[in-house]
Amino acid sequence: MIRIFKIALRNLMRYKRRTLLTSLLITLGLLMVILFSGLAGSFKEMMIGQITDSNLAHMQIHKKGYVSSMDTSPLNLTINQKGCKTLEKMLTENPDVEAYAPRIKLSAMLSNFTETTNVRLNAIDPDKEIKVCPDVSERMKFSGSEVPDILLRPGEIIIPEKLAAGLKIKIGGSVVLVANNKDGSVNGLNFTVAGIIESILGPQGKEGYMHIKDAQSLLRMEKPEVIEIALRIKKFDKLGDVYTDLVSALAEFKNKKGKPAFEIHTWEKLSPFSNIAKMIDIMTVSMKIIMIAIVLISILNVMMMSVYERVREIGTMSAIGTAPGRIMGLFLAEGLSLGLISTLAGNIIGILGIYILNIYKIRYSFGRMDNLLLSPTISFSELVWVSATVLLVSIFATLQPAYKASRMEPVDALGHV
Amino acid sequence: MALVQIDNVSKIYQTGEMQVKALQDVTLSIDEASFVTFVGPSGSGKTTMLNLIGCLDKPTKGKVFVDKKQVDAFDRGQRAAFRGSVLGFIFQAFNLFPVLTTYENVEYPLVMIKNESASERNEMVSKVLESVGMLNQKDKFPDQLSGGQKQRVAVARALVTQPKLVLADEPTANLDKKSAVNVIRLMRSMRDEFRTTFIFSTHDPGVMEEAEVVHTLEDGRLVRKK
Repeated sequence: MIRIFKIALRNLMRYKRRTLLTSLLITLGLLMVILFSGLAGSFKEMMIGQITDSNLAHMQIHKKGYVSSMDTSPLNLTINQKGCKTLEKMLTENPDVEAYAPRIKLSAMLSNFTETTNVRLNAIDPDKEIKVCPDVSERMKFSGSEVPDILLRPGEIIIPEKLAAGLKIKIGGSVVLVANNKDGSVNGLNFTVAGIIESILGPQGKEGYMHIKDAQSLLRMEKPEVIEIALRIKKFDKLGDVYTDLVSALAEFKNKKGKPAFEIHTWEKLSPFSNIAKMIDIMTVSMKIIMIAIVLISILNVMMMSVYERVREIGTMSAIGTAPGRIMGLFLAEGLSLGLISTLAGNIIGILGIYILNIYKIRYSFGRMDNLLLSPTISFSELVWVSATVLLVSIFATLQPAYKASRMEPVDALGHV
Repeated sequence: MALVQIDNVSKIYQTGEMQVKALQDVTLSIDEASFVTFVGPSGSGKTTMLNLIGCLDKPTKGKVFVDKKQVDAFDRGQRAAFRGSVLGFIFQAFNLFPVLTTYENVEYPLVMIKNESASERNEMVSKVLESVGMLNQKDKFPDQLSGGQKQRVAVARALVTQPKLVLADEPTANLDKKSAVNVIRLMRSMRDEFRTTFIFSTHDPGVMEEAEVVHTLEDGRLVRKK
């Protein structure tokens, strides 16, 4: 076997320029895929991380029908105390769920005593929220440079930065929130501005924060109710499996009409970024298809030329008794060697490229998010997958020329001019 | 039975609508350890005769026996295996593999066909290279050798598997007169040393004189045996 590869390598070196150009082409194709996968994959992961760890969480449970009408922040689709306890029990018992947090979503009128505007608020239990969205405070500015021990106390509010700028509200200032409850009656409460929050991509990216107990008071809820339960799972790559488990667990809970009482959605269903993520995946696959085409065409071309240029040599091999399978093996080894050399070169240059991109840090803006730092990475499994694809395509591209060589009649091949 | 037995063999090539009768009703036998040549003008059927004996082609009519086997009945795989185990070939244009050294060219059949161990290969290759006087050139590639040297390597490659029969189609056509005679004498001495039968074709009168048996072909017919 070693001898066959030795002969294959020497045959490749017979046509140095051709081998070099072909190898360079495959190397560039591979480099392109590695860099694109590294950059696009990292961008996607970072954005998903930002969205899920800052405000959306991995999944959300609502009363059935809430998500389809969430733009109006309906208050009649709440989960009551009993429902909350049932869901909490189910989530606590699920080993894949790391944490969960109750939330109330509401629209209110925010006034600085001179001007009034509409605001969407996310009422949270700070202790639980930080476990579900560990980066929730990263976008917040407080009076001091550090995040306070308790993110949000009753009586405090964190308002979106665009709104704060528009109403000239500063941290420590007082505002009034006025909201309708689900019966239509109006209530108002005073709040102290504890912090200002930057916007983030997505439907919940421009919301302010208040304490869940304040929201219950403002909305005059006689018994504690919640709008949604956000949850975080232990392993993000198991999102699909955990979602399926929870869907079947939730299916057991029916309302009075015998229909499902709750609904659950992953971040993908809740954020428009999931479409961008899908586009990135499609582009990555497209790049891989282009790479496969490059490898296929270039190796097929080289190996076909190699066979046509060496017809007499093939005739000699066959005449002196080399079995057709061995002749085929020689050419397959040649194609595979070309693929292997190019794969090694592509991987080395690709990893070097990723390393260089990490040295010269790439900063960018996306939507209203500024100064995002991109850290391209590529997983070992991705490298193995891409490399294995190149090698398999190399073999596939060599099959036809190698088969042709093995089927040559020695008497015809020896007479070839 | 003789090593080679040709019984009433004809070979007709169809080129378009035209038929070319390369061999017509040829019958002959060749004994073991003989040194035989086929002579005749171009197109007389010398190469076709060697191709049939060498299992490179099949006759249109008749039977070909080599080493007591009816080789014209063999399928593709059997012919390749038979060529590798019983026959050796020497070509007019030497046909050495350009990417292999002298040593590796001679070693090639032992690696690719015979699957001999490394120590056995080394012993066999060194012995045969020594016999053809090319051991001191063993690390050179074919493009670093003269025509005569290349043909010596080709003789060594043909002999290394210890075949019963070596076929050589115009082995001296690309050589100068002196080298040509040297190569034929080398082949003859190899016959003496290894008891291998040599069959070659030529139209060089100087080379013909070196053969023990001369078969003359004309228009595909065997017209004379000397």
